[in-house]
Amino acid sequence: MTAWFQGVLGYGLGWFVATLILILMIALPLMLAVAMIIYADRKIWAAMALRRGPNVVGPFGLLQSFADGLKVFLQETIVPTAANRGLFLLAPVITFTIALIGWAVIPFGPDMVLADINVGLLYILAASSLGVYGVILAGWASNSKYPFYSAIRAAAQMVSYEVSIGFVLISVVLWAGTFNLSDIIEAQRAHVFGFINGFGFNPLLFPMAVVFLISALAETARAPFDLTEAESEIVAGYQTEYSSMAFALFWLGEYGNVLLMCALNAVLFWGGWLPPIDWAPLYAIPGIFWMFAKILFFFFVFSWVKATVPRYRYDQLMRLGWKIFLPLSLLWVFIVSGWLMLTRYSGVLS
Amino acid sequence: MIQTIAFYLFAFMVVAAGILTVTARNPVHSVLWLILAFFNAAGLMVLVGAEFIAMLLVIVYVGAVAVLFLFVVMMLDIDFTELRSGVARHAPFGVLLVLVLLAEIIFATAAWNAGGIDMARSAAPVPAEVPNIEALGTVIYTRYLYIFEAAGLVLLVAMIGAIVLTHRARGGTRPQNVSQQVKRRPEDAVRNINQPVGQGVEL
Repeated sequence: MTAWFQGVLGYGLGWFVATLILILMIALPLMLAVAMIIYADRKIWAAMALRRGPNVVGPFGLLQSFADGLKVFLQETIVPTAANRGLFLLAPVITFTIALIGWAVIPFGPDMVLADINVGLLYILAASSLGVYGVILAGWASNSKYPFYSAIRAAAQMVSYEVSIGFVLISVVLWAGTFNLSDIIEAQRAHVFGFINGFGFNPLLFPMAVVFLISALAETARAPFDLTEAESEIVAGYQTEYSSMAFALFWLGEYGNVLLMCALNAVLFWGGWLPPIDWAPLYAIPGIFWMFAKILFFFFVFSWVKATVPRYRYDQLMRLGWKIFLPLSLLWVFIVSGWLMLTRYSGVLS
Repeated sequence: MIQTIAFYLFAFMVVAAGILTVTARNPVHSVLWLILAFFNAAGLMVLVGAEFIAMLLVIVYVGAVAVLFLFVVMMLDIDFTELRSGVARHAPFGVLLVLVLLAEIIFATAAWNAGGIDMARSAAPVPAEVPNIEALGTVIYTRYLYIFEAAGLVLLVAMIGAIVLTHRARGGTRPQNVSQQVKRRPEDAVRNINQPVGQGVEL
């Protein structure tokens, strides 16, 4: 498509227009997916609590999210008089934008990626580390007690779990030998016993897959690590002073981030757009189907955890991050690199 | 064309954000402008093809260091007028510092352009198609291994030093001992007794 536009409009302008269209082709379906995934989250949560969940708007309540969206769209955005007006309104925009930019490097299928860059994984890490700014700014700009507590909690929590996420990514990168997400997926082809696709099925990397899944929950502030919006302690956390679309942008950004983490789980450990088994008939199903199936499966796991696990206390959260995950993932980097040194690079065991 | 526009955009934003960092009245705004400056500097590095350094700048400085900066500045109760009062006194020192840095940059670029530095050739330039990360890795982990390790040790010492200087053992607290709690079995805590009627309970 880029080549076609460049043929019509010239090199620079053609690239610009094509990229703009590709961005919209990712962002707009993503917004639709977020709306449906909020509905799915509520339905799963309700089913596990033996309730019906949303079932009034549209068939099976499918249009609930759109009704909610219309409602908040028609509401008035209230800015508290004591708030720092500019930053107060900027914070939800930052959260929402940062949630979208990570998708630029996610491969949805063979050659179906917006930006196939060499440092794709670092780009994702950078994008996810920026996510905390929306929360901190919202908490500070609200000029209110509970949002500020929430901002402080968010800052410490997200920085802590990024450390172990970084080490997990390093063990994956060591094995794949590249930071490019498409190449990482290719490296997982027939990875275990010559026919199973996915680093997660490798016994050496499986513990890291578990650590990554739990860290992803903490990084996106999902239950059981949703201390930034713990309603029993700090009302609604950083969202307390927000209303209407500003509030909805937080909501959309949060679920966008959750989906991004699910996609990253699928890409890093479970083969991305590859079918689970390296068997020719399975490749007849398009890669994008496998990718979406894996994303949805991990979203179900996220909802499942939210419905069943009670919220952590803050000191327990910090203990898990710094005293358990950090040493464990660091040790695993040593084990993985040692194993690779023995088998792949020095040839002692190969 | 797009590169030129992007360069002037990033360069203008870095300078503007840098000036606003110094002149902003509110310290939190200062930190935010600083973050914008970091971000645009990362953009400039992408333009010269140093995408690895750019990503590290965003991850380390924007994603971690600036967050902690913001964290601290947000919690400070700063008297803005008092903060402003020292400007006239510190200005000459600041100007001197700027002049020294400017002179260093000019000399360095001039020497580089004049071919006075032999390092570029001795360090075996890597072909352009090798990714940044591989090129850096092959140099850092072979040629400059000892310097790299020394840098790591310096950071380790700084970290331990900060912990030693600020850590205080607080008495009188009863922190949760998780492994003890997990190890505790029902037999340790619960006793099943058949209490005869009319006799007191043993405690």
